[in-house]
Amino acid sequence: MSEIKNFLYLNRRAPYGTIYAWESLEVVLIGAAFDQKVDLFFVDDGVYQLTKGQDTAGIGMKNFSATYRTLGDYGVRHMYVDRQSLESRGLTQNDLIQVAWEDFETDEQVDNIVEVIEADQASEVLGAADVVFSF
Amino acid sequence: MKLAIQINEGPYQHQASDTAYHFTKAALEKGHQVFRVFFYHDGVNNGTRLTTPPQDDRNVVNRWAELAEKYELDMVVCVAAAQRRGLVDEGEAKRNGKDATNIHPRFRISGLGQLVEAAIQSDRLMVFGD
Amino acid sequence: MSDLHTVNKSPFDKNSLDTCLRFAQAGSSILLIEDGVYGAVKGTVAEAKIRDALAKHKVYAMAPDLRARGMTEDRVIEGVGLVDYAGFVDLVESNDKVQAWL
Repeated sequence: MSEIKNFLYLNRRAPYGTIYAWESLEVVLIGAAFDQKVDLFFVDDGVYQLTKGQDTAGIGMKNFSATYRTLGDYGVRHMYVDRQSLESRGLTQNDLIQVAWEDFETDEQVDNIVEVIEADQASEVLGAADVVFSF
Repeated sequence: MKLAIQINEGPYQHQASDTAYHFTKAALEKGHQVFRVFFYHDGVNNGTRLTTPPQDDRNVVNRWAELAEKYELDMVVCVAAAQRRGLVDEGEAKRNGKDATNIHPRFRISGLGQLVEAAIQSDRLMVFGD
Repeated sequence: MSDLHTVNKSPFDKNSLDTCLRFAQAGSSILLIEDGVYGAVKGTVAEAKIRDALAKHKVYAMAPDLRARGMTEDRVIEGVGLVDYAGFVDLVESNDKVQAWL
């Protein structure tokens, strides 16, 4: 068994206008079976993937927003959000969903792994990753 | 080094597949290994055998197939992305009741786990997209 | 420990170069590829960003992509290194990993 790698999924695109948001989520879900260390980073229009209240009935597309709320069960430990991207879009953390996380071995629980961060912390997160997926 | 190559866009529409090809070829010529080439999103369209590009331009699909043959590359098309976009092999045709196949024989259809595995097993993941 | 950042879109089309520059750590390398090479050309509104970036990063551009677009070497911002596909491979090898800013 090779060493555990630190995966970072870089999400920069809005949902629905293109398929990248959904298909990148599919990689995260499948990737859970591989037991790596996984974090997600939402920046630029990627922050829109996490907004509350998505209702796709009128555009006839599958609403996949509920899937984000389950990511704590799929081995994702941090869902980092770029503060500047939020602010330039007139959003705050209140506009975003909350995602709970629990470690089933240690019973450690976190109410919300969606974490708004500054650019310098994001640089470190990106720099520390072993693998960055871009979509 | 051992490389994993991810291609997110189809042939001709974007330069991604071209850049990925030239990069991969250069890497192989330098003696590096390519663990897998994984085609995702519209990138699955690089795996069709039915393109007829103009004679005076590059043949993107055939170029990948020739490189794959020369260096025994594992070229994988994501099954979920392929199903959405109609890239079909014999197995998929039978399973999903399709009356035709269109995949190029040098490509194989498989799951997203192949991309994750490639990222784990390789020294570098290269992503080419839009 | 430093990374290679690739930027493949024109800075006048998408904000990928800007976002890359916000997060690229000092000492990391930036490689402009495909339409991203327009960012390496003198006399644009992006030139100042590249000049600033050169103070903290090594910046490169794909020569084949510049040539394809009719952008001759004399038009490239001083300090931006030109590489071909073999050079691209070497950059990947000499850095720890690649971050692709699509």
